[in-house]
Amino acid sequence: MRQLLYSKRLAPYLFILPFLVTLAVFWVVPLSRSFVMSTQEVLYGQGTFIGLANYERLWGDRIFWQALFNSVRYMVLTLVLLVPIPLVLAALVNSSIGSARIKGFFKASMFVPALTSVVVAGIVFRLIFAESDSAMMNQVAEFFGFGPVRWLRGDITGLVALLAIALWRWTGVNMMYFLAGMQAIPSEYYEAASIDGAGKVRQFFHITLPNLRPTIVYVVTISVYGGLAMFLESFMLYAGNNSPNNQGLTVVGYLYRKGIEENDLGFASAVGVVLLLLVMAINISYLTASGTFKKEAA
Amino acid sequence: MTRLRTATSTLVAALAVTALTACGGGQSQEPSVNADGSTTLNMWTFADVHAAYYEEMAEKWNEANPDQEIQLEVTVYPYQDMHNKLQLAVNSGEGLPDVVDIEVNKFANFVKGENPPLMDLTEAAAPYVDDVVQARLDLYSKDGTVYGFPTHVGAFTSFYNTELLEDAGIDYTTIKTWDDFKEAGEKYNKETGKAFGVASTGVFFLEPLITAQLGGQYIGDDGTVQVNSPEVVETLTMLQEMQDAGAISTIPGGSPDSEEAYGAINDGDYAAIVYPAWYTSRFVDYMPDLEGKVAIAPAPVVEGAEVQTIGGGGTGAAVPVVSPNKELAADWLAFAKLSPEANVAVWEVLGFDPVNMAVWEDEEVTQNPENKFNKYFQTNMFDVLNEVKDGIGHLDSFTDPSWPTVDDTFRTVTLNEIYENGTPAQEALDQAQADLQNQLGQ
Repeated sequence: MRQLLYSKRLAPYLFILPFLVTLAVFWVVPLSRSFVMSTQEVLYGQGTFIGLANYERLWGDRIFWQALFNSVRYMVLTLVLLVPIPLVLAALVNSSIGSARIKGFFKASMFVPALTSVVVAGIVFRLIFAESDSAMMNQVAEFFGFGPVRWLRGDITGLVALLAIALWRWTGVNMMYFLAGMQAIPSEYYEAASIDGAGKVRQFFHITLPNLRPTIVYVVTISVYGGLAMFLESFMLYAGNNSPNNQGLTVVGYLYRKGIEENDLGFASAVGVVLLLLVMAINISYLTASGTFKKEAA
Repeated sequence: MTRLRTATSTLVAALAVTALTACGGGQSQEPSVNADGSTTLNMWTFADVHAAYYEEMAEKWNEANPDQEIQLEVTVYPYQDMHNKLQLAVNSGEGLPDVVDIEVNKFANFVKGENPPLMDLTEAAAPYVDDVVQARLDLYSKDGTVYGFPTHVGAFTSFYNTELLEDAGIDYTTIKTWDDFKEAGEKYNKETGKAFGVASTGVFFLEPLITAQLGGQYIGDDGTVQVNSPEVVETLTMLQEMQDAGAISTIPGGSPDSEEAYGAINDGDYAAIVYPAWYTSRFVDYMPDLEGKVAIAPAPVVEGAEVQTIGGGGTGAAVPVVSPNKELAADWLAFAKLSPEANVAVWEVLGFDPVNMAVWEDEEVTQNPENKFNKYFQTNMFDVLNEVKDGIGHLDSFTDPSWPTVDDTFRTVTLNEIYENGTPAQEALDQAQADLQNQLGQ
């Protein structure tokens, strides 16, 4: 034991062992099981090898493509909303405008939604977007002279509700990431720029944005994953996995429906494998394109 | 060095094994007998009213069997949650209750494959089997083996709000066929501007009834889906025409059996509900304002139909095969669901139409003026049921292993397309057929 702990070659492995074991037990093993199960027809206590039949069914499955379309659409729109808006808010909080106390309160209140449970938030949003004309969003709609809208019955209005949850919940978190990134930028850059006569907007585009790149890469990466893996928001908003015409069905929702609700675990594993490959493909190409894998220039 | 490496890998393996076995701590396989000699049975259900009923049946069992007392612990979960939890539990074989209520549209999921996770209840059912409606046992059987016990027949009946109908000059007793229903609904809708019947998007009930009356099926005898067969197209076309004529309308909440709908029906927004007989309990429990205003009548039929009504909905109570108390659980369950006492209680506590038909003719029970259901409704449910008794049929598609998927597709897509988006029935059904064939790998 003593020898082991003092060995330069082996001790490091011992120290990362807890992580490796957790990774193996909770990640590698289930993942490989999923790959195996995706080629099987799984019934209680029996798995029959059926080759790629699950994937063939998946390829021709209209509902799967619809779920994939819903997930990708949601992911793209959350990127469009949840990168620029928090970025601008962070820049404002980081600037010299306004008193520190008000900004502190603003930061805290923007962050609170991230601490609440999605389950509770989903139920509240379901009530906000309810069909009756006394529901909050319909009162707002009425104020602007239209409605009542049957929010959760229409495809686009349902998407609006989902994006509203995403915005409400993640704006604060992303803002915090950007803010942290901004505060790490040395103030000398800004001083030098202002001496050279650069205005605030120019400074934002030429100093803040380039220096914030690692943060932006990180936020985009987790948002791609988060958008494609979204499930609970839709599940809570529609009070279950069945939305009218599957308008709120996501890839994970479909996996859940097939595997848990219809007990077709083999097929559900195939859905999961496809989702994993998709997320990996998007994120790895994005990370490569943004230069994250390149060695730091010395 | 080699020795060290071996040591390390042994350590890794040991850790991994510990971690794995830690996850697999199973439940005890010993029957759990309490200090007072009773046995604790855990039960899951998805309806509060069922829980009250089972507790009463546990008490009755204990009175009759003092040597085999049970202590029933019922847990009520929301519908979808309970079935998902059960699905996960049976796949892992861990954390299962001793008895569980499974809704009919989910039941087929649990008897898939060669070794279903539910106990064979054929023997437990044997003492009662002659008095029970066979079609309802078939619903929870596979290849001649009974896996679940039914609660009710669930024969379709009509519930008319007579006060509203009289104001519009409609006599509900003249409504015999769907054409009559449509005509009455059209008239009512013109007179009052309000909805008459219900087009549900959230439940798939009315459509199977009409298809059965037309003599059709959703799934063929060989197990292939045929949801765009002529009878099904005729069913949905008929209903779509009724909707266009104003005789049926969509309802808040998607079906009469939802919180939002109870409010709407209670307020008089809908005048005619065609639903399984167990809907009596929803009136009594959730629509107090309609007491004395609702009449039960036979469900409308297609002219010349052999099958007048079918059973709709249902719950099969089953015993997981891994339960350490399964023998006792099965005996109690047979008592609680199939015995004559139980069937009287099914009516008196739940207001359902019991599966033991002997009860239907026991006038002391059925005509009891003190019964809360008899007090609530203008007409007696059993008079209506006995009227249609010989015409109670069965839709074979209900027992097919593919039914949960068919049901799901109709409730999420097809019925929405037809009733909400006005897609022509043929087109929506062709789409459903294509989707289902793919999903089921046919």
